[in-house]
Amino acid sequence: MEEQELESGKIRKFIYVNRKAPHGTIYAHEALEVVLIAAAFEQDVSLAFIDDGVYQLKKGQNTDGIATKNFSKTFGALDMYDVEKLYVEKESLDARGLSEEDLSVDVEILPASDLKKLFNESEVFFNF
Amino acid sequence: MLHTINKSPFEKDSLTTCLRYAEDGASILFIEDAVYACTKGTEFEKIIQDHQENIKFYVLGPDLEARGLDNSNLTNSIEIVDYKGFVKLVADNEKTQNWL
Repeated sequence: MEEQELESGKIRKFIYVNRKAPHGTIYAHEALEVVLIAAAFEQDVSLAFIDDGVYQLKKGQNTDGIATKNFSKTFGALDMYDVEKLYVEKESLDARGLSEEDLSVDVEILPASDLKKLFNESEVFFNF
Repeated sequence: MLHTINKSPFEKDSLTTCLRYAEDGASILFIEDAVYACTKGTEFEKIIQDHQENIKFYVLGPDLEARGLDNSNLTNSIEIVDYKGFVKLVADNEKTQNWL
């Protein structure tokens, strides 16, 4: 019964708001796990990276020296789960001296004013 | 005196507070998310430069690498140390204060 409801269920617009740097806390890694769950249920998933969250997408991360999982590689595999809408806030990049070339995956860079519209159109929020 | 900071300067004001308390001749070591304070093109570049005459700044290499950063991203004259260097800093200083 429940399965049928899920199958026939409405597809909702999910937005994941990532505001934490990777590695120092577990938030970024956990967010990625939850993104994959929503993707498995074939929801309409968008990811937004603002504040320190933009650091999650920095190129060339190598966690060998701190002996943790290098989950940054997973961002490059998200398109296999049909998660293709990644948005990065321009103001956050600028404040950190970063630009599009510093990022490991294809993203759309938007000013906060545009991200605000995306948030307004979203139905389900996950904040990390 | 050795001061260590482990939080992102964009999230917490540990660096600002540490600098208010650090005396001339002190050392500051950035670890974990605090390594972002050492990067060029941020508001913290100038803050560090303004203190480099009196304070020596260090950053933990493995934490930089984990975050995709290297020497080319750093504000000038910040020394990268490995874990052995971290231990040596602690041993060489009589006291260590951690700013969380």
